[in-house]
Amino acid sequence: MRDQSITARPWVTEKIFLGLSLRDYVRSLMTPGTLVAGLILTIGIPIIVYRFIFGLGAVTNLTQTTPWGIWIGIDVLSGVALAAGGYTLASAVYIFGLKDYHAVVRPAVLTGFLGYLFVVIGLIVDLGRPWNLPVPMVYSFGTTSVMFEVAWCVALYATVLFLEFLPAIFEWLGWSKARLWAVKLTIGVTVLGVLLSTLHQSSLGALFLMAPTKMHPLWYSPYIPVFFFISSIAAGLSMVIFESTLSHKYFSNRVPQHSHEKMDRIALGLAKAASVVLFSYFFLKLQGLAVGEHWGLLGTSWGAWYLVELLGFIVAPCLMFAHAVRTSNVRLVRWTAAWTVLGIVVNRLNVSVISMNYNVEEIYVPSWMEVWTTMTIITIGILTYRWIVNRMPVLDEHPEYRESH
Amino acid sequence: MNLSRRTFFKTCGAAGAATLAARPADAAPSATPGAEMSAVLVDTTRCIGCRACEAACGEVNHLPAPDLAGEAQVFEKRRTTAPAVYTVVNRREVAGGERFVKTQCMHCVEPACASACPARAIEKTAAGPIIYHVNRCLGCRYCMLACPFDIPRFEYESAAPYIRKCTFCADRQAEGLEPACTSVCPTGALTFGKRAALIEEARERIYHNPGEYERHVYGEREVGGTSWMYISDRPLAQLGLPSHLGTTPHTALAQGALSVVPLIITLWPPLLMGIYTFSKRREALAHEHAESIRGSHEEDRHA
Ligand code: SF4
Ligand code: SF4
Ligand code: SF4
Repeated sequence: MRDQSITARPWVTEKIFLGLSLRDYVRSLMTPGTLVAGLILTIGIPIIVYRFIFGLGAVTNLTQTTPWGIWIGIDVLSGVALAAGGYTLASAVYIFGLKDYHAVVRPAVLTGFLGYLFVVIGLIVDLGRPWNLPVPMVYSFGTTSVMFEVAWCVALYATVLFLEFLPAIFEWLGWSKARLWAVKLTIGVTVLGVLLSTLHQSSLGALFLMAPTKMHPLWYSPYIPVFFFISSIAAGLSMVIFESTLSHKYFSNRVPQHSHEKMDRIALGLAKAASVVLFSYFFLKLQGLAVGEHWGLLGTSWGAWYLVELLGFIVAPCLMFAHAVRTSNVRLVRWTAAWTVLGIVVNRLNVSVISMNYNVEEIYVPSWMEVWTTMTIITIGILTYRWIVNRMPVLDEHPEYRESH
Repeated sequence: MNLSRRTFFKTCGAAGAATLAARPADAAPSATPGAEMSAVLVDTTRCIGCRACEAACGEVNHLPAPDLAGEAQVFEKRRTTAPAVYTVVNRREVAGGERFVKTQCMHCVEPACASACPARAIEKTAAGPIIYHVNRCLGCRYCMLACPFDIPRFEYESAAPYIRKCTFCADRQAEGLEPACTSVCPTGALTFGKRAALIEEARERIYHNPGEYERHVYGEREVGGTSWMYISDRPLAQLGLPSHLGTTPHTALAQGALSVVPLIITLWPPLLMGIYTFSKRREALAHEHAESIRGSHEEDRHA
């Protein structure tokens, strides 16, 4: 039925305007959500333009002692961690053969890809001389720098995620041959993706190894690359739960009804994994404390904040996930996932902004324009996600390829 | 305990294991790192706070003239270097008096800034000075984060910003001249020379003037050694020189993590492909099993 109407309408109407006339399409966009997004962008985009004309100082509160602010802490560090669902699930399904989770691989890969795309945008806004980005890629290799490794991995991994997502794009366009070719790439590309992710999730933490005298000792640790790596898995899993919950609520027209029960089972399975990962993360953190012999610092006000992170954002979600799995409480799983996601952002901010220069008098507080820019970038991400999900087979399966995996 | 830790790391990614394993080897204490590189000895007992060095630095680097040149009230506020100020002289109150301390890039023997730079925009030259190439710089400001002395400065007000810091007058040195600041110092507080010779000179001053100097050449060992070194009659921490940096070059800190890269690149693909093959095989077996069950059912039915 649907197929007949597809062929009857012109390509653009079908592929871009969701089969509506331009007027109806525009009208369908007039939702409160779009209006809020529009407001954010109308202010945010000029801020970004302004920043490129007058320099970073015109919009940020960064200083000579605080060169990195929330654009690095949230847009880049948290963004990369939250995009970890892509490699986590792709390896679970394609490498470990956990086929039950197939339904969430595509949304995870898409979130991963958009995550990285916006990490790159965030980075470009933050870099003082972004037009020199090709330099370390093409001829001047700073091989002693962790930043160099991060740059390469992020660039390559964004490409990998794009390749992993290609089948969905080809299904949307109806290019069966190209799709077949892209599907063949899957396993190789997945292996490459896991490799790159292992490297850069941990090396984002390794960036901070160079700042032993500037970071508060509770957060500085030689284990920091491992912390970043392990917590990225928890972040990725939670993000997949969190995001699939939202998608199923807001894109219910794209999701076949019978799949809700399946989604609940998937959420419980992911929660179980997340609980285990958070548990090992917690013990690693303890080991970090023990190796550094920092127990005494726990009594200070910095220690109090550290304990909030440790108990409130690692132990608590770990126990909540475990409890929710035992009682099959999917609602609790979803709230816990959101909490874990928040916890990862707190951790990345603690490492890169809050604990940094703890011994310096001047305290960095982001300007409203920095906050707005971050909101703008996230909004563009969400809008792109919505645009793609409404068109391509991400949450649902394309009718023609249902049997093909 | 030990065993479980090791197995844990093996399973959860080698990243941490190698970080732990990589303990930077301490350099043999006898050799002077960067012995033949150019260096400056700052004798804080001789500095009178005239700020001729600041003026000379501004001049050769085409920077605006120093703040409040020639006025004592400049010392009332503690100043730091800035994008257009490569060096500052500050007054420090110490027990029973005051001392003046010049600050600029320390030109580390193993500079953290250069090893942190992803584009090699900061480079350690063979002669000693650490120089900057703007045409390679991304403006990522990682050098600022990495520098233990908090030296590189960023032009926040510019749309095409530079990283700025003391150049050790690399151009002048290449022409056989000494840095502008050391050349104008009227009291001999700044001595320019080769690093090993200056360390010897510093030790001699300490030795021949018993009780007049602290027995510490600041910069001889700090973060693996610096080209700018300080001696003083007061504990150097009182003069505002960071005292908690340790003697390990910060450049070594990230190398453990980086050394994992080739390991992961070689180990991961075969490992993951192995798991993949295994899970495929398992699936095929399960499939066969299911088929054979169905088959036998069929047979039953036919029988
Ligand atoms: S003092 Fe800082 S900027 Fe100067 S060479 Fe050392 S690390 Fe680099
Ligand atoms: S700001 Fe420039 S010089 Fe400093 S680390 Fe980044 S690319 Fe290198
Ligand atoms: S060495 Fe040159 S650039 Fe550095 S402080 Fe002295 S005059 Fe200025």
